Amino acid sequence: MERVPIEVPVMANVAAAGKKPEYLFWVGCAGAYDDRYRKVTRAFVKILVHLKVDFAVLGSEETCTGDPARRAGNEMLYQMQAMQNIETFNSYGIKKIITICPHCYNIFKNDYPDLGGRYEIINYLELIEKFIESGQLKLPGVREKGVRITYHDPCYLGRANGIYDTPRKVLGSLSPGLLEMERNRSFALCCGAGGAQMFKEAEKGDKEIFIERTEEALKTGADVIATACPFCMTMITDGIKYKNREENVKNYDIAELVAESLGL
Amino acid sequence: MNSQIIFALLLLFTFAVFGYTLRRLAQLFSFTRKSFPIKNIGRRIMVTLKVAIGQSRIFRNPFSGFLHALVFWGFCVILIGSIEMVADGLSGSERALSSMGGFYNFITASGDLFGLIIAIAIIVFIVRRISMRVKRFEGIEMKKASHTDAYIALTMILLLMLTLLGMNSAYYALAEAGGDTIIGVYPVSSLLASLFSGSETAAIHIWHEIFWWSHIVLIFVFANMLPYSKHFHVFLSVPNVFLSRLDPLGKMVNMESITREVKLMMNPETAYAAAPEGSEPERFGVKDAEDVTWKNYFDSLSCTQCGRCSYVCPANITGKLLSPRKIMMDLRARMKEKGPGMIKEGRGFNDNRSLLRDYITEEELWACTTCNACARECPISINQPELILEMRRYLVMEEGAAPGGLKALFSNIENNGAPWQYSREDRMLWTTGLEINQPN
Repeated sequence: MERVPIEVPVMANVAAAGKKPEYLFWVGCAGAYDDRYRKVTRAFVKILVHLKVDFAVLGSEETCTGDPARRAGNEMLYQMQAMQNIETFNSYGIKKIITICPHCYNIFKNDYPDLGGRYEIINYLELIEKFIESGQLKLPGVREKGVRITYHDPCYLGRANGIYDTPRKVLGSLSPGLLEMERNRSFALCCGAGGAQMFKEAEKGDKEIFIERTEEALKTGADVIATACPFCMTMITDGIKYKNREENVKNYDIAELVAESLGL
Repeated sequence: MNSQIIFALLLLFTFAVFGYTLRRLAQLFSFTRKSFPIKNIGRRIMVTLKVAIGQSRIFRNPFSGFLHALVFWGFCVILIGSIEMVADGLSGSERALSSMGGFYNFITASGDLFGLIIAIAIIVFIVRRISMRVKRFEGIEMKKASHTDAYIALTMILLLMLTLLGMNSAYYALAEAGGDTIIGVYPVSSLLASLFSGSETAAIHIWHEIFWWSHIVLIFVFANMLPYSKHFHVFLSVPNVFLSRLDPLGKMVNMESITREVKLMMNPETAYAAAPEGSEPERFGVKDAEDVTWKNYFDSLSCTQCGRCSYVCPANITGKLLSPRKIMMDLRARMKEKGPGMIKEGRGFNDNRSLLRDYITEEELWACTTCNACARECPISINQPELILEMRRYLVMEEGAAPGGLKALFSNIENNGAPWQYSREDRMLWTTGLEINQPN
């Protein structure tokens, strides 16, 4: 085995060289800036390189999709962000966009078309699933045997877009016998961060939502709580810390588990 | 002949009252805004068959869901019998639909059986409400009037079923006593008919008349009470499912007026900027009852306050003020309060109150995580988050009112293109030192 540096292709350079990559990989703000979630971005890019996917990122040309602004009621700011992004996409003739963040995925897929931005939007799990199904990606299973995984459905993949099976299929090929929480799939409880809650204090109540959800995840007895959303990750990781379970329970994104199992 | 005249007058009165109610409602709807166009009729029919007729969503809660489905399907069958009663009452015929033969036997048999099943289900519902603490039925919005409303409707339905069974039993006993052929099949009432054994034929006849008339009068009264009760649901739930939004739950409604402004800002020469002629500048988002779409109002009228939405709401579960059911109930209550004034003085009527703040507080609106659990759970596809988000739009775009964290979020997106205070130039920092293992 040899450690090889990865040069992440940036759209402006690729286009200047006269090439047009098949996919835009949309990193997202959390993917670019959040310390913990950057590891997820890195893991996923390793998977893309491993699968020889022809992609590029926007780099400094990327700007917030406008999702948190829109769901916080600021339609003006959302539309300004959206139009700016649509202009960027169109200037590079982008047709297919891969996202890791479900909020970015949802807004591209469901909200941008109203503003004229129509692209094929692919969630990273859908891409991984496609490669597993075509036989191009074989997952050797999680390294430590007997690791029990539970999966927390992000609202914007699950209820918002009906993606319940894909993450379970990917996790299933990593480690059979996924543990389900009491509220799962369309019944899943939100982590508490959606609708721009991530960026404000929670309203007064008798419990934090992320604690309620983490407790439910811990009840399954899993060693790993798998997430597929940057905000869910912040919430669940906080929840594990709050319950003083960091020693024996870990929160990983599915991309990290896949990259880890491939030894990337 | 006399009874036909009495019946016709009763029916006329029923329709007159109902017509008055509908006219008032149409006026209220006329104050609301437009919503999505109703297209894809084929898909809508499929959704209605699955969600309304198939009761697919209510089964997410298996026990009460099953009981509800029985009551619903029973109502559908019994409705055919009620239509026959109206035909009989008007024309003086007896069992106008009996010429349908085998199908008539099916209708009467299932109607008779469902009469008993519904009566039992209603008794279970009443006992459960009285003796068990059902968390769904609690909450700040569930005042005494809501519970009274529920008991009245349950009692009415129970009386409807008891009079139905009484009517069928008396008919069966009467036919048996007179040695007549029994038209239709009555699995329950044929057993209950023995209660009349030993009675004079004339007495059984009177009992039949009493049950027949009380059943139909109860239907007339019930039908006219429903629009003023949470059980308007009985009429509106199926249409509400048919008219429901077909988009994925993650999609938000686009604000065309904003699109025009943004396009003008980005490209001042564009001709797109002109607003459609004759259109008045509308308020951004929802502040009061007349700002909602007709579909939001339809949702609020269809809601029967079952509380499944609030029961799954993460904010509500963790003790926050927000309750999606309350949002729907508040809209209906506010329209009821402001509606008469608007009918008199027009849409501009002002009573110095509004849906926002006098009914729904900012604290409730900001507690929503837009997780869509409420909308996913609602058995009749009500969309609560849409109204919550429209009210947020009003707060932010008309008043500049938002929690401090969100104001910081907005300025970060404006200045840095990210929700946090990081520089655009740092967007590639995550790639530093990125390596991959490759087999030699």
